[in-house]
Amino acid sequence: MDKIIAGKNVTVTDEGFLKDFGQWDKDIADALAVENQIVLTPRHWEVITYIQNEFKNDVPLSIRKIGKSGIVDIKEFYQLFPVAPLKTATKIAGIPKPVSCI
Amino acid sequence: MEDKGQIKKMMIILSKATLENVYACFVLANGARMEGIEAEIFFTFFGLEAIHNKKLEHLHVATVGNPAMHMPTMLGGLPGMEALATSMMKKEMEKIDMPDVREFIEILSASGVKLWACKLAMDMFHYKPEDMIDELDGVLTVGDFYKQGSGEGTHMLFI
Repeated sequence: MDKIIAGKNVTVTDEGFLKDFGQWDKDIADALAVENQIVLTPRHWEVITYIQNEFKNDVPLSIRKIGKSGIVDIKEFYQLFPVAPLKTATKIAGIPKPVSCI
Repeated sequence: MEDKGQIKKMMIILSKATLENVYACFVLANGARMEGIEAEIFFTFFGLEAIHNKKLEHLHVATVGNPAMHMPTMLGGLPGMEALATSMMKKEMEKIDMPDVREFIEILSASGVKLWACKLAMDMFHYKPEDMIDELDGVLTVGDFYKQGSGEGTHMLFI
């Protein structure tokens, strides 16, 4: 379905994930963060950049991988994105919802 | 109410220490946190082995009394069969990026899962809090655990 985020018309899934990463930009990330009660700090951006790179390299994301990333540990990841961190972070980053259970 | 029926907290009771049950419990608790659901685990009876420092790295898959192993019960009882089945299962788990028990406990604790030991079972097995993992949040009575689960949208699960 179509949705207007940060004044731009984008296509999203039922759960609000962008269908096309090409439509993502930083304004959209900020707007999606606000929707999820998060104010993005430089630490958030380091994590978002990391998961976008993993996505571009076709690496499947999981909580365990994030913990081993060297960018952020699991505890801080939950502090940055308190509710459903992997889902929320990938949504803000404009990439598909991870299918991992761990 | 808008969020009628939504699960807000999973209270999981682990009473067994066979590897498949421990993993089921841990995956369910971690999966809850990944969805923004609170999770707490109450380790009781043999489940305590999963948080006992000297035992948690030596948990086994059950080869006897487990029809899904597709192995005759007599064969499953032979020396070394449990160890063999366990090492095969651990190899498969590593392939799908499943952490071992100790690392999984670290992940659960860092994710905000509360880990409780059952007081009665601790007394029965003569375990002391210092025998258990550092991540242990405390030793509780059943009543204490129920109290932890109070509130709307709490579900309890016995493994």
